[in-house]
Amino acid sequence: MRSAMRQPFKTAVLVLVWGWLLFLVLTPNLLVVGASVLTRDPGTFISLPLTLDAYRQLLNPLYLDVFLHSLYMAAMTTLVCLLIGYPFAWALSKVPRQRQVLLIFLLIVPFWTNSLVRTYALKLMLATNGLLNNALLSLGLIDQPLQLLYTEGAVIIGLVYLLLPFMILPLYSVFDDLREDLLRASHDLGAGHLATFVHVIVPLTLPGVLAGVMLVLLPAMGLFFVPDILGGSRNLLVGNVIKNQFLDARNWPFGAAASIVLTLTMAFLMFAHRLSKRRIGEEGA
Amino acid sequence: MTRWLPRTYLTLVYLLLYAPIAVLVVFSFNDSRTGYEWGGLSWRWYESLFNNRAMVEAMWNSLWLALSAATVSTLIGALTALALHRYRFRGKKALNGMLFVVMMSPEIVLAISLLALFLLVGLQLGYVSLLLAHVTFCLPFVVITVMARLSGFDERLPEAARDLGASDFTMTRTVLIPVIMPALLAGWLLGFTLSLDDVVVSTFVSGPSYEILPLRIYSMVRVGLKPEVNALGTLLLMFSMVMLIMSQWILTRSKQ
Repeated sequence: MRSAMRQPFKTAVLVLVWGWLLFLVLTPNLLVVGASVLTRDPGTFISLPLTLDAYRQLLNPLYLDVFLHSLYMAAMTTLVCLLIGYPFAWALSKVPRQRQVLLIFLLIVPFWTNSLVRTYALKLMLATNGLLNNALLSLGLIDQPLQLLYTEGAVIIGLVYLLLPFMILPLYSVFDDLREDLLRASHDLGAGHLATFVHVIVPLTLPGVLAGVMLVLLPAMGLFFVPDILGGSRNLLVGNVIKNQFLDARNWPFGAAASIVLTLTMAFLMFAHRLSKRRIGEEGA
Repeated sequence: MTRWLPRTYLTLVYLLLYAPIAVLVVFSFNDSRTGYEWGGLSWRWYESLFNNRAMVEAMWNSLWLALSAATVSTLIGALTALALHRYRFRGKKALNGMLFVVMMSPEIVLAISLLALFLLVGLQLGYVSLLLAHVTFCLPFVVITVMARLSGFDERLPEAARDLGASDFTMTRTVLIPVIMPALLAGWLLGFTLSLDDVVVSTFVSGPSYEILPLRIYSMVRVGLKPEVNALGTLLLMFSMVMLIMSQWILTRSKQ
C-alpha cells in the first residue's frame, strides 16, 4: 500500500505546516490571551501578577464610549453594505452567465488593490474643496461647501467603500444557489411577491447575509487607517485603540484585552453562521 | 419584472466603486499643486516620485518582500494542500480549522499577536519579521486555491501513473505538478498582491531598518494631500490590476 517514499514526505510536510501554524498562529494568540491578564510593565511590556485590570479598564466610560461609537460605526457600515449589497447580489445573479464572470471580476479588482490608496482617493472626492463639493456647488444644489471630511459619515463611507465586495460575494453565492422552482412553488401555492420574499428568499439567503455581516463587521472595527485618513481624532475605531495601546502607550494588557473582545465577537458570529446553515440544511432535507 | 431597473442599479454601483479610482488616475497627471483644480497635463509627480531616493528604496523593499513572501507561501501552501488532499492523518480537521481562523481573523488581531511573539523571542523587527507575518496571512489563500484545483481532479490519473510503474516522486513531478501548476501560479500572484497591499499587519511588525511602500504612503497621506501619492497610487493600481488579470487569465485558460 504505502510505498516507503511516501511516509517521509508526508511527515516532512506535516511537520513543516504544523510547525509554522503552532509557532506563528497558536503561540502568538496564546501570548495575547496571556498578556491580557498580566500587569503592564514599562521594561518588559508585561509582568506578573495576574489581574483582570485590563478588562476592567475596558469598562471605563472613556473607553466604553470609544468602543460603543466604533461598534455603532461598524454596525452602520454593515447595514449600508447589506442594503446596497443585497439587491446588487440579486441583480447580479440574474445577469447572463458569461457577463457575470466579467462583472465579478470588476468587483474584485478594486478589492485587491491597495486599500490605503483607495481611501486616499476618497479623500480627494470628499475634501472641502474636493470634487463632490465642487460638483454640488456648480449644480447650485448647495451655497457653501459641506464639511464632509473628518466626520463620522466620512468614516462610514470609507469603510463601506473598502468592505462592500466582502458583503456582495457571499450574498451572490447564495442567490446563485437559489432554485427558481422553489420560488415558482411558492407562487403556485398562492404566495404573493412579499410573502415569497419573507418566507422563502430571506430564510434561504440568511447564511449569505450572516457570512457577509461577519466579513464586514469585524474588519470595520479594525481598519485603523480609515479614521486616520478620513475621520479625524473623534471618530476612532477599536483598531485605533489597539494600535495606540501597542505602539504608542505601550499598554499591552489593555490592547490585548481589546483584541480578545474582537476575537470573541468573531467567534460568536461564526457560531451564529454555522447554526443558520445547519438549520437550513435540516429544513431542506 | 422590468429589466432596466436591475441593470441601472448594477451600473450605478460600479460607477460609485470606480469613480474615486478614476479621479485618482486623472489627477496623477494634473500639473496643479493644490490637487483640486485642473492645471494641465504633466508628468511632474511621476518624476518627483522617482527622484525621491527613500521612495524608490521603499519600492524595491516592497517588491522584494512580496516576491519572497509569495514564493515561500506558495511552497508551503502547495505542500499543505497536497497533504490535505492525499493523506489521512490525525488533526486534519484542526489543521483546516486553523487555516480558516487565520483567514477570518481581523488583521489587527493577527498583527498584535505576531508583534508580541517577535518582541518576546527577541527577533529584530525588519525583513525577517515582515516575511514571517506575510507568509502567515497569505498561506490560507494559497491552500484554498490549490485545494480547489485538486478537488476537480481525476483521481485515476495518479493511480494509473503508479500502475504504470512510476515512483511516487516521478508521479508527483509528471502528473500532479502539471495539474496544479495554474493554481500555483494563481496562488503566487494572489500572495504577491496581498503582501504588496498590506498595511495593518506591516504597521506592527516592520522596523526602521526595512521601510516598505504602504507604510511610506501611510505616513504621507496622514498629513494632508500629496500629489505624489496620486502618481504612486496610480502605479500601484495598474500593477495590481495586471497581476490580477494575469492570475484570472491563467485560471480560466486552464479550465478550458
